[in-house]
Amino acid sequence: MPDLTLLPTDATGTTTGTTIETKRLTYAEAVNHALRRALRERPETLLFGEDVAKPGGVFGVTKGLHREFGDRVFDTPISESAILGGAIGAAMFGRRPIAEIMWIDFSLVALDQLVNQAPNVRYVSRGAVTAPITVRTQAGNGPGACAQHSQNLEAFFAHVPGLRVGMPSTPQDAYDMLLSAVWCDDPVIVIENRTLYHGARSDVRLGGEVGPIGGARVRREGSDVTVVTWGAVQNLVLDAAEELAAEGIEAEVLDLRWLNPLDPAAVRDAVSRTRRLAVVHEAHTFGGFGAEVVGLVAESGLDLLAPPVRIGAAPARIPSAVSLVPGVLPTREKIANGLRRLVRGEKAHDAGALR
Amino acid sequence: MRSDTPALLGYFERMLLIRGVEDEIARLRTAGDMVGSIHLCSGQEAVYVGAVAALDLSRDAVFPTYRGHGWALACGVPPEALFAEILGRVAGINGGRGGSAYFTAPRYGMYGENSIVGAGAPIAAGAALAAAFDGSGRVAVAAFGDGALNQGAVHEAMNFAAVRGLPVVFVVENNAYSELTPIADMTRNPELFRRAAAYGMPGGRVDGNDPDAVARAMETCVQRARDGAGPALLECVTQRIVGHYIGDAQHYRPAGDLDRAVAAEPIGRLAERLSAEGVAAGELDAIRARVADRVQAASRLALDSPPADPATALEHLYA
Repeated sequence: MPDLTLLPTDATGTTTGTTIETKRLTYAEAVNHALRRALRERPETLLFGEDVAKPGGVFGVTKGLHREFGDRVFDTPISESAILGGAIGAAMFGRRPIAEIMWIDFSLVALDQLVNQAPNVRYVSRGAVTAPITVRTQAGNGPGACAQHSQNLEAFFAHVPGLRVGMPSTPQDAYDMLLSAVWCDDPVIVIENRTLYHGARSDVRLGGEVGPIGGARVRREGSDVTVVTWGAVQNLVLDAAEELAAEGIEAEVLDLRWLNPLDPAAVRDAVSRTRRLAVVHEAHTFGGFGAEVVGLVAESGLDLLAPPVRIGAAPARIPSAVSLVPGVLPTREKIANGLRRLVRGEKAHDAGALR
Repeated sequence: MRSDTPALLGYFERMLLIRGVEDEIARLRTAGDMVGSIHLCSGQEAVYVGAVAALDLSRDAVFPTYRGHGWALACGVPPEALFAEILGRVAGINGGRGGSAYFTAPRYGMYGENSIVGAGAPIAAGAALAAAFDGSGRVAVAAFGDGALNQGAVHEAMNFAAVRGLPVVFVVENNAYSELTPIADMTRNPELFRRAAAYGMPGGRVDGNDPDAVARAMETCVQRARDGAGPALLECVTQRIVGHYIGDAQHYRPAGDLDRAVAAEPIGRLAERLSAEGVAAGELDAIRARVADRVQAASRLALDSPPADPATALEHLYA
């Protein structure tokens, strides 16, 4: 039996870890570094999923980990219920599994384990048993992807009490949020995005304390409108914000990062600075988590200068053809137009165009 | 008295306790003290006491179904904690959070009923996966009914356990009915244990009305799992002598089916065997009286416990 002595833990529940260093990494490399660190520092961690071990993952994210950690990193059958149920059962007995669901769309065949099983373990037993699993998956549209490989389902999971949900959008967050998830004693779903995996490298601070889950981040400061967003689409939001800056409109961009736990204070603070709110997500607007953000702001009683705007996917399936996709998903242009109208107090000529 | 008589007397008493608890639950449900859907296991007691006899509950883990009262009692859950759980009282084993169909008793090696058919099988495989790393020698038991053999999650769990050589025993309580429908109408091959071969693991069928036979078969499965030889599938052929749930009129059972089930049920059969082995009728009656007293005392204790406090309903969701 491996020694399960945990690393020194300070009073806040964070763990002081390895030497701090900064490396230039892609998002995928940052995930890989986080997994390696978790496997090194937490002997109770396991990493498994379809093609994650010997092949190193279909996107190369788990490359080299099986070689370094042997049987603690293993390939599974194409069996999402077995992967997730296996993770839950192992977690109930002291392991700390990190399970990969290759595409978030595949989680639907095993939703029972994520909704009916994992979040009930602690609750029903009143803490006598827990299921600290981390589920890594990736979501969103990419060029040529079909309707079953393009969805953004974060609202599904955010709707379930007992599940934690995070969506990292930068290499630093890919590293930090995954480690926070693994260190967290709740079931956590970390939704990555494959279009970010092999993008530009940026400085990633490695090592140091593993922080608790939660907390939004201001990605851009601005005084005219607050854009609350999360996931890969925020790169389009930041591009749109630069476009608007040239026109004299300054958008503040708040990356929610975690949908559960939500950071309502950060949302209220950001919106109170500009008194205008737009929510942008790649997921469908209808029933999307953006409505939760708008509801939070409405309930907070903030005096807004204009009605809030939601920009997300239109109510359609996601088509494969690259030319069709902008007819459904948010684009830089749709986002810029939506923000422009919001700030200028114009009514949208065609509200549907924003959705 | 033969050498196996003390063990058989133990089975007899434990099966009587399960039957007595189920009868009392039926009474409390009918009287309105208990509410909701309740699935009794009367008639299937030999599976639970036999299987649990082969386990080491200080380390092994049982994952039963929503028809789980018998598994819990066989594992040693006190009947008062079970009654109180179903009554929704503070003294319930989960303080009323689980109810009849979804309670858990990890202290007793009983890691939770499951109200989703077959969903416990992959979780049991996970418990066995942990054993592969922690050196505990734990064996996990995934128990489910015949109907669960048609669930995808059970297929996934069996293949996963087999391919990784995990210490799991898959126990099928074949009571001939998938809820209200005969299993024979829902699968081309009603010899369910034969599926094991497809996963490359041993499978076998045992008389699920004979606790001794179940225990012996289970010992073989548990020992080989503990020795690292991987999972096995054990089909225990038994029957319900009650409905799928309390209130089930059982119109779907053909004429004579229920009578045959009652004739085959394990408690009467074991009483006959014990008599044949020379146990006096008075001794069996004394056990019956002792169990009946225990059930009544447990029921009274549970009814005296206050209802669970709604102010606590939000606790224990997160770490």
